[in-house]
Amino acid sequence: MTETIAKTEISFTVNGRPRTVTVEPRKTLADTLREDCGLTGTHVGCEHGVCGACTVLVDGKAVRSCLMFGAQADGAEIRTVEGLAEGEALAPLQEAFIRNHALQCGFCTPGFLMLITGALDENPDIRDEELTEILSSNLCRCTGYRNIIRAAIETAETLRRSRGAA
Amino acid sequence: MSGATGVPGSLVGASVGRREDGPLVRGKGRFLDDLGVPGCLHVAFLRSPVAHAAIGVPDLTEAAAMPGVVAVYTAADLAPLLPGGDRLAVALPSSAIAFALDRPILASGETVYVGEPVVMIVAESRAAAEDAADAVWLDFDPLPVAADPVTALEEGAAPAHSGLPHNRLAEFGFDYGDCDAAFAAAAHRVTGTFTVDRGGSHSMEGRGVLARTDALTGRLEVWSSTQTPHALKKSLCTLFEREDAAVSVQAPDLGGGFGPKLVTYPEEIAVAAAAVDLGCPVKWVEDRREHFTSTTQEREQHWSMEMALDEDGAILGLRGSMVHDHGAWTARGLNVPYASGMMLPLIYRVPAYDLKIAVAVTNKTPVTPVRGAGQPQATFVMERLMDRAAEACGLDRAEIRLRNLVAPEEMPCAKELKLRSGRPVMLDSGDYPGTQKSAMAATGWHGFAARRAAALAEGRRLGIGMANYIEGTGRGPYETVTVRILRSGRIHVATGAAAMGQGLATALAQIVADHLGRDPALVDFSLGDTAEPYGFGGFNSRQTVVAGASADAAAKVVRTRVLRVAAHLLEVDEDELEIDGGLVRQRNGNRSIDFARLAREAEGLPGYDLPGIETPGLMATERVVIDDMAYSNGCCVAEVEVDAETGLVRIGTLHLSHDCGRMVNPAMVDGQILGGLAHGLGNALYEKMVYDDEAQPLSVTFADYLLVTSAEMPEADILHRETYSPLNALGVKGVGESGVIPVAAAVASAIENALSDLGVRVDFAPVSPQALRARIVAAGQRGQANGQEQGAQS
Repeated sequence: MTETIAKTEISFTVNGRPRTVTVEPRKTLADTLREDCGLTGTHVGCEHGVCGACTVLVDGKAVRSCLMFGAQADGAEIRTVEGLAEGEALAPLQEAFIRNHALQCGFCTPGFLMLITGALDENPDIRDEELTEILSSNLCRCTGYRNIIRAAIETAETLRRSRGAA
Repeated sequence: MSGATGVPGSLVGASVGRREDGPLVRGKGRFLDDLGVPGCLHVAFLRSPVAHAAIGVPDLTEAAAMPGVVAVYTAADLAPLLPGGDRLAVALPSSAIAFALDRPILASGETVYVGEPVVMIVAESRAAAEDAADAVWLDFDPLPVAADPVTALEEGAAPAHSGLPHNRLAEFGFDYGDCDAAFAAAAHRVTGTFTVDRGGSHSMEGRGVLARTDALTGRLEVWSSTQTPHALKKSLCTLFEREDAAVSVQAPDLGGGFGPKLVTYPEEIAVAAAAVDLGCPVKWVEDRREHFTSTTQEREQHWSMEMALDEDGAILGLRGSMVHDHGAWTARGLNVPYASGMMLPLIYRVPAYDLKIAVAVTNKTPVTPVRGAGQPQATFVMERLMDRAAEACGLDRAEIRLRNLVAPEEMPCAKELKLRSGRPVMLDSGDYPGTQKSAMAATGWHGFAARRAAALAEGRRLGIGMANYIEGTGRGPYETVTVRILRSGRIHVATGAAAMGQGLATALAQIVADHLGRDPALVDFSLGDTAEPYGFGGFNSRQTVVAGASADAAAKVVRTRVLRVAAHLLEVDEDELEIDGGLVRQRNGNRSIDFARLAREAEGLPGYDLPGIETPGLMATERVVIDDMAYSNGCCVAEVEVDAETGLVRIGTLHLSHDCGRMVNPAMVDGQILGGLAHGLGNALYEKMVYDDEAQPLSVTFADYLLVTSAEMPEADILHRETYSPLNALGVKGVGESGVIPVAAAVASAIENALSDLGVRVDFAPVSPQALRARIVAAGQRGQANGQEQGAQS
């Protein structure tokens, strides 16, 4: 018979809000966000680190939250899909997804949104081909990807234009 | 009637924005695993690690004592909780089935596929439950395995279940016309053997179920990620011996379905049994590895076929045999091989047909429909044969198809085949040659030779291929839809139809709102509603057709009532009134009344007459019965580049010309097709469940089993045609499976075309680089041997 595994206390910010949770060391960041922070927008699709549905931003980098332990995020700044919109106002990328019919069942959508957000944050001047290449990190079974690619490229253009105008 | 979708101002035919999207892009979807209930317990299943084994009685002592473990169940523990039986008897009826193979909820005595659930552990967390599953002591004594469906049918083959006399679950076929005479008279005969492999559905969200009993009412409440809440409710009522009112089933947001979620699964029953037994909420969420082994799969078939043609390339007859891999249990029935056999000759004029089908039980995950449901295989086989026929007759591949396609003037076209109900097959409408011609024009079929030559000059090998298909859609008999205007003035639609991500709510909102003021935002939904006693759910590309027809009819009735009550209250003639948003108003006047007021008035008051109507309420329930199927059709043309040195295939362009009748929402139709094309591309080139000789699956992660990603998905050109179906008032046909059906056939045709000088035959799917390279090498050796032989003779 095995012993109960001791839990550890960790602190991080999620979408700007400080959180302290007590979790088993083996608990993934995905499960920590979903179960201990109540943020169920991050979805778990494969738990093998392949499908990317669980993608979140940790200190600005897109990561697979199923491949990272919650404890490893101690002290980190995390962004999830719940942090994209500002109140009622959707982020340009979310609007582009709707406009381009880039989602159907919506299960993979949060992962794609965070993957693209991370890529555009990291390099606002990213070329279309690079962006398309990055999109191949995540899996979608409904859309056939073309509308997701369109939404991503359109958003990159929108952001570039608004930056130019500013 | 055909042509562009029609009524000015109509919502049907407009790419109305999806009402589903807002919450989903915010991360506010409500998928099964997002449903939180205080005190919820979690389940892990101990599953068979081998394909066929004798098992004893599990020793649960250690597992039950693990931290956080609340209960552990074997088959013997579940039996008393399930007074109506502990097997899922869900097979569609067929006299061809030789023996029943109803799945047990948990296996006892023997396991028959890798992934079969044996023990259920309920604990305070999933992790604790999984820990305990590791601590169950149970010997799996391996038994001989039926791994391959073809050898499983041979005399003396090991039975997949130790009690079975053989693995031949069913033998049936299709037979009309005089095949012997057709082949005797043939100017040309072509033959081929074809294999299509097994793959999965892989909705990004796996299955999952949450069950609890309501402490006040005693009702068993179940939420499941299912395409068919009604079917699950039926099984729950049967097995728990409860009346309809004592069970509710709801489907939350579904993270995709693609077929296998239409099946009722042992886990759904087991989790409900634990919830009843323990008196608290219990949840199980499938992980991806479980999805790879325990969610149903499809497609493995082995065909051996022969086609007879006259000197002009007209088909005279088609005959042969097919072996279908059924998996280890009957989770749905013979519908997949039936669909394959029925669809094979449907789109062409085939005067004589003789197909013998053998359905083999194997020690693999049970087989039920995956998007396409037997039709991709049929299309693969028929279209590969058409290419061979073109070669034998010296005709262009496009030309021989045009000569044989059912013509528009033959519509509606009675075929000498029967649906599984026994009804004769009747192609309802469509212009098949016109569809093919539009795909040819878009792709520049006749200009390909020049493109090919130009590429060859650069050392690149291009090929072009084509596949026609039809899809049987709108499986009857009906779907229930209730439309009701609530006291708030909002329109409520309740239906057994179930959403799985396609945009069903948006489509039904368009159909209903079209009759009730054309504001789809006023419409709310209870989808997959089991409060309604009769319903089916989502499968067979049926819901826009059958639920659409009922929604259309119900909304029309409600419209009539709205106008009557309004006319009565406003003291004007009905024909002076129009409905705009939630308001009924005089067309040429200033009187108006809103839905909220009308709904309240229409309910009636004690002791007073109803306001202008005979039946109270602004409500109508319709179950429009449609027994015949609406056939969508299309033509896919693929251009590929093949690297003969490595066997690698790259898709150049993909065109699909298709006709799904009147389109309710063209953007959503495109979405369905694009997703289907991606799945089809997976079936053409990548997706293959690999097993070893002991039926142990080797491809159980997305790193081993390859789904198409954005890098492999080409820009696809989709062309719409709209030939209305005469079978329903809206003129619609289904489209959910269309994209997937022709792709493997078209791509195989293109690959063979690219390698035509090498004499390589592509008679299998998926076409992996390894498999294709092996064919190229073999063809080269054959060529060399022939060359030497000829050299020796000369």
